[in-house]
Amino acid sequence: MASRTLYDKVWDAHVVHQEDDGTSLLYIDRHLIHEVTSPQAFEGLVLANRKPWRTDSVLAVPDHNIPTINRDKGITDPVAKLQLETLDKNCKAFGLTKFDMNDIRQGIVHIIGPEQGATLPGMTVVCGDSHTSTHGAFGALAYGIGTSEVEHVLATQCLIQKKMKNMLVNVEGQTGKGVTAKDIVLSIIAKLGTAGGTGYAIEFAGQAIRDLSMEGRMTVCNMAIEAGARAGMVAVDEKTIKYVKGRPYAPTKEQWQQASTAWLELTSDANAIFDATVVIDASTIEPQVTWGTSPEMVLPISAIVPSPDDETDTVKAQGIARALTYMGLKAGEAINNIKIDKVFIGSCTNSRIEDLREAAAIAQGHKIADNIMLAMVVPGSGLVKQQAEQEGLDKIFIDAGFEWREPGCSMCLAMNADRLEAGERCASTSNRNFEGRQGQGGRTHLVSPAMAAGAAIAGHFVDIREL
Amino acid sequence: MEQFTQHTGLILPLDRANVDTDAIIPKQYLKSIKRTGFGPTLFDDWRYVTVGEPGMDHSKRVLNSEFVLNQPEFVGASILLARKNFGCGSSREHAVWALVGYGFRVVIAPSFADIFFNNSFKSGLLPIVLDNEMVDFLFDKSLSGQGYSLTVNLEKQQIVLPSGDTFAFDVDHYRKYCLLNGLDDIALTLKHTDAIKAYEEQRKQEAPWLF
Ligand code: SF4
Repeated sequence: MASRTLYDKVWDAHVVHQEDDGTSLLYIDRHLIHEVTSPQAFEGLVLANRKPWRTDSVLAVPDHNIPTINRDKGITDPVAKLQLETLDKNCKAFGLTKFDMNDIRQGIVHIIGPEQGATLPGMTVVCGDSHTSTHGAFGALAYGIGTSEVEHVLATQCLIQKKMKNMLVNVEGQTGKGVTAKDIVLSIIAKLGTAGGTGYAIEFAGQAIRDLSMEGRMTVCNMAIEAGARAGMVAVDEKTIKYVKGRPYAPTKEQWQQASTAWLELTSDANAIFDATVVIDASTIEPQVTWGTSPEMVLPISAIVPSPDDETDTVKAQGIARALTYMGLKAGEAINNIKIDKVFIGSCTNSRIEDLREAAAIAQGHKIADNIMLAMVVPGSGLVKQQAEQEGLDKIFIDAGFEWREPGCSMCLAMNADRLEAGERCASTSNRNFEGRQGQGGRTHLVSPAMAAGAAIAGHFVDIREL
Repeated sequence: MEQFTQHTGLILPLDRANVDTDAIIPKQYLKSIKRTGFGPTLFDDWRYVTVGEPGMDHSKRVLNSEFVLNQPEFVGASILLARKNFGCGSSREHAVWALVGYGFRVVIAPSFADIFFNNSFKSGLLPIVLDNEMVDFLFDKSLSGQGYSLTVNLEKQQIVLPSGDTFAFDVDHYRKYCLLNGLDDIALTLKHTDAIKAYEEQRKQEAPWLF
């Protein structure tokens, strides 16, 4: 057989049927569901008198819309409440597994999939959420899908897809101290642009990616969509297998032997051909901070805010000018002088235990600056929260002046009460700095957990390598 | 799926790149469990002066007169024209429902984000990729003050200008077929039920841990 990429291998293993024009039915192994993008899919199913094809492939969890404080009081917002009850009702009606709001296993859908071992190497994973790319860290093919596709997968266990092109992003060499997975992926987006990966499945490779923990690889794959790629992947290695072993949904006994042997094949063949290759030298990556309203508007901490006058492309120059106005920044300002009002440590990009450790290490023994109105830490799941509390990280954060919340999406998209007010500036470990993303008129700067903690302590962005 | 054969309508020139789905329909409206009702809050943050919340009477809110959607010459527009990477960001299909709810049937841009592109077809919204030169031309025409209309013929894969000039666009064969006939793709997929079952049987042998 001809040499194949990792993506080719997982794709090939899941094609059920292919039309002449390449339109394929791709079999889906795992379907993750949350409250926001599923109600209309279930409604469609019921209206057409259909049933889920394979209930055991589904795992549902509420995350986007739930409060991160006072959960014992229930949900006060009636519209949010109806949505959460609808998820509950649908899961009960069709016999689907769902982790309830007060279940210790509840959390952000992309945190709990891997945590439970519900995401396994070589799987196809879908969810009505664009950051499903996260699960690609396991050598899985994971796509974000729309609600009609959620309905389609529920009804048929398949997705209609055309094969994407292959892109290799090779992050060679080693990163310096204080440079994290978040900085790696932000610098990849800086290079590719927000549409550079459109139409591709990206495989992240190279020593710097291999050196990352599984959690770091998830951070990188999480943001593949911010470079336009619906799927990001990392080849399986011993780290992958070690991470999966013993998790509740992972195979056991003979099946474990069989599976873990098969999983080690999930790498691109040595001479596999990619349609595009991008090489990045890890040693040149600095801690990153976004300054604008798109994840590609990102610069190293040592840089200054750009000027539209230096841009020759008029559409881009207008974009820069617009972003500066929205963000309330002036061209030429030093990034490490930008003062912030709020800090958000959380989201499916950066709310796993290692992220919290990284932030706590910076916060330990310090207090948040006087100009910080709110600094919040929102663990990715109940289990992450529990682990952090066992390690005493909650105390470190609380002593430093951070709020310690219940797990959920929270201020990543501000669907619940956690949000920015107009004009407020936030250092956020999430993945999108779009206009209004964290609240209408809110200004988001994307950073790593350590950089967010450093900014909370200093009151403005700082180079954590100098702390 | 809503059928699409031919459509004639006025262009709304939205001269921005990277229009994301958060901008198309802000998060507070995603609490709805319906597919309908998103039209009045399409581009909510740009369209109104004040912050919107679900359940408001949006017809009473103050409009932002600077936003192109609110300008008199574009009232009734049904073809949206934008710059590159339209529909990036969140997978929310509510973005498509909002565009369709407002009355758009076609979106033209030099490029689209994959998930949005895919979602569009499911609700009978036709996304058309045109090269930058053509997009520039359409911006020039539609911003020149009078409003500018096009006819989009899906069967012929043709755009007809008011001058009568035509030019071609690409569309995926399968998607065109579904759109022209207003077909439900779940029903089409279920025709392959036997193939899906056979796949599952084989897969259970090869990778039993997946079941
Ligand atoms: S944390 Fe943010 S990006 Fe992740 S799933 Fe939730 S809303 Fe989406």
